[in-house]
Amino acid sequence: MKANCWYGAEDIRVEEVPEPKILNPRDAIVKVTATAICGSDLHIYDGYIPGMEKGDILGHEFMGEIVEVGDEVKNLKPGDRVVVPFTIACGSCFFCQRELFSCCENSNPNAALAEELWGQSPSGLFGYSHLLGGFAGGQAEYARVPFADVGPIKVDGDLTDEQVLFLSDIFPTGYMAAENCNIQAGDTIAVWGCGPVGQFSIRSAYLLGAERVIAIDRFPERLQLAREKGKAETINYEEADVFDTLKEMTGGRGPDACIDAVGMEAHSHGFVGMYDKVKQVMMSETGRPIALRQAIMSCRKGGTVSVPGVYGGLLDKIPFGAIVNKALTLRSGQTHMQRYLRPLLERIQKGEIDPSYIITHRLPLEEAARGYKIFRDKEEDCIKVVLKPGMKSNGATTPAN
Amino acid sequence: MEAKAPVAGASATEKGILAMAGSSFTQHWQGTSVKQLAKGLGCFSVALGCAEIFAPDWLAEVVGIRSRPLLIGALGLRELTSGLGILGQDRPTGWMWSRVVGDAIDLALLEAAREERDSDGDRVVGALAAVAGVTVIDLLCALLLRRETPEDTAHVVQTITIGRSPEELFNFWRDFENLPQVMRNLESVRQIDDRRSHWVARGPGGRTLQWEAKITDERPNEYISWRSRSGAFPHSGTVRFVPAPGERGTIVRVELDYEPPGGSLGRTVARLFGQAPEQKIQLDLYRMKQILETGVVMTTEGQPAGRSSSTSSVYDWGTTRG
Repeated sequence: MKANCWYGAEDIRVEEVPEPKILNPRDAIVKVTATAICGSDLHIYDGYIPGMEKGDILGHEFMGEIVEVGDEVKNLKPGDRVVVPFTIACGSCFFCQRELFSCCENSNPNAALAEELWGQSPSGLFGYSHLLGGFAGGQAEYARVPFADVGPIKVDGDLTDEQVLFLSDIFPTGYMAAENCNIQAGDTIAVWGCGPVGQFSIRSAYLLGAERVIAIDRFPERLQLAREKGKAETINYEEADVFDTLKEMTGGRGPDACIDAVGMEAHSHGFVGMYDKVKQVMMSETGRPIALRQAIMSCRKGGTVSVPGVYGGLLDKIPFGAIVNKALTLRSGQTHMQRYLRPLLERIQKGEIDPSYIITHRLPLEEAARGYKIFRDKEEDCIKVVLKPGMKSNGATTPAN
Repeated sequence: MEAKAPVAGASATEKGILAMAGSSFTQHWQGTSVKQLAKGLGCFSVALGCAEIFAPDWLAEVVGIRSRPLLIGALGLRELTSGLGILGQDRPTGWMWSRVVGDAIDLALLEAAREERDSDGDRVVGALAAVAGVTVIDLLCALLLRRETPEDTAHVVQTITIGRSPEELFNFWRDFENLPQVMRNLESVRQIDDRRSHWVARGPGGRTLQWEAKITDERPNEYISWRSRSGAFPHSGTVRFVPAPGERGTIVRVELDYEPPGGSLGRTVARLFGQAPEQKIQLDLYRMKQILETGVVMTTEGQPAGRSSSTSSVYDWGTTRG
């Protein structure tokens, strides 16, 4: 089968590899019908994620049709259409019982490696380095899904792939980011980053009762999407000072909660941006926490800073004094996917949201490398790339709806 | 398992020196007193080093040689380093050897200086005698420190919390023939009778290790203690099953005493490669938790990849392959 494999920074290729097999009785094999490139895949693409090996199959946002199930998988059968959550969870350990699925104790076979880095290991993830299990990812024609009796959600009815695909990661991730803000009536939420997770954080904040959402980015097309589809007010940080503008927009108090949907590769101008770039290149910090610093400094006293953005290791110059002295709450985590699949599918079914609005590019799986590049470089106003195995290449990008 | 006779790794020469020093002497210099002797020698090093650096002319006169401030200063720096090293460590075996080496250098230099025209022969001979005396003390101290190093047995503890009752876990473990499912290094375990069992494991370099183990003590649903009786991998161990607070399953605690192949150095090397027993036990316990809580042992072996091997050797061999 064809699969998108990683061979080094900015070196990914669609190669012919063997088809996956059932390895455990709780596995299933999915024939992938749609898969997406996630912003966090770009951290791998840029070479910032440790524990990658040449030949690893990428991708953790995918869905498709069940073609084979192990003996212990009773709730699915061949032919079922499923969306696969990116966190692999056993459903029975201490953490799964508490719905902290991304902390599953039993799904990362390389837990000892992750413990070296973080003290304890999170759950295994698809296609996201050997620290997180080394599981082959879903940017392929077929994928093996461990604990298939717990993870995948069956999707019946006439919803299209594109409407439900983002249940695999970014819609629940944006939703959990907003849920972590503990939104109260009248709250103003600020969201750093208007990429896919930022867009869903904006929508979710409103779904959860926010009064106002203020979105921060620098790309006009992303700010426009946040305004038009997200009903957010926007700040272009190349044109205005974020802290001052937020303060002014919120009557001097600051947003009630701040969401960092940017993560480790934040961009900034001037000295601060240069400082973090140099430190990251010299490996004296593993992320550039520019958005996170701004979120902490801007947040109102007693407010919440919610971090769906990915950070892998050590950060520099985090204003922890602001967290203490402003009595802030800091919340983060890989998304506890299995907790959100059912309720968010219901919201899609009820028409409260159609997540396909963020898609700008649809490409055949074979053009994955081009998809990564235009997504990373924001070429062609790219916001979200969906890869479709078997789709005919016409040499041109399918235009947005 | 009680500590074995010391000086397992000592050469015949070392044993000879210790014997020459007399058993009563070596017995006297045990434990803390060896460390105190080392500290004393460390202080002496620091004092001598300072004198060499700050008062080379005076020192040269005392010893009876022509003053060479640069050379004597360099020797002082060496002396100071050794001294601070000794004072900075609880068991400064290596630093004590650095003093022995330094003594040898000093002896050689003094011997060379004795022949020089402008040396005071009598004083140099006196200095030679003094350094030789200190050398003997340094050598003894280094050997005694080494002998004290507890490198013969290793004690390891690993724990895990599993969401099953002590009874289920005790029964799983007590049926030793279950263990190869979760302990990757074990090939088979065969019960000989109720207390004795025969174990076969893969050792370093693909060697097959075999031993017989006997249960020395047990209490149902609480603990099992065992000891190897013959064969490779001499060890003893205890596994305890304690209910976790708040009905959160059972805490499994494994303690193992074993003789690391290759002594402490072998143990360090094994650790670097993720092959030390404590690391293997931890992974074994993870797999035991997986099979008891989920019914399967999580694996990626056999999955596709854009390379010749299905799993990645660098990251997986120490973990998934045990």
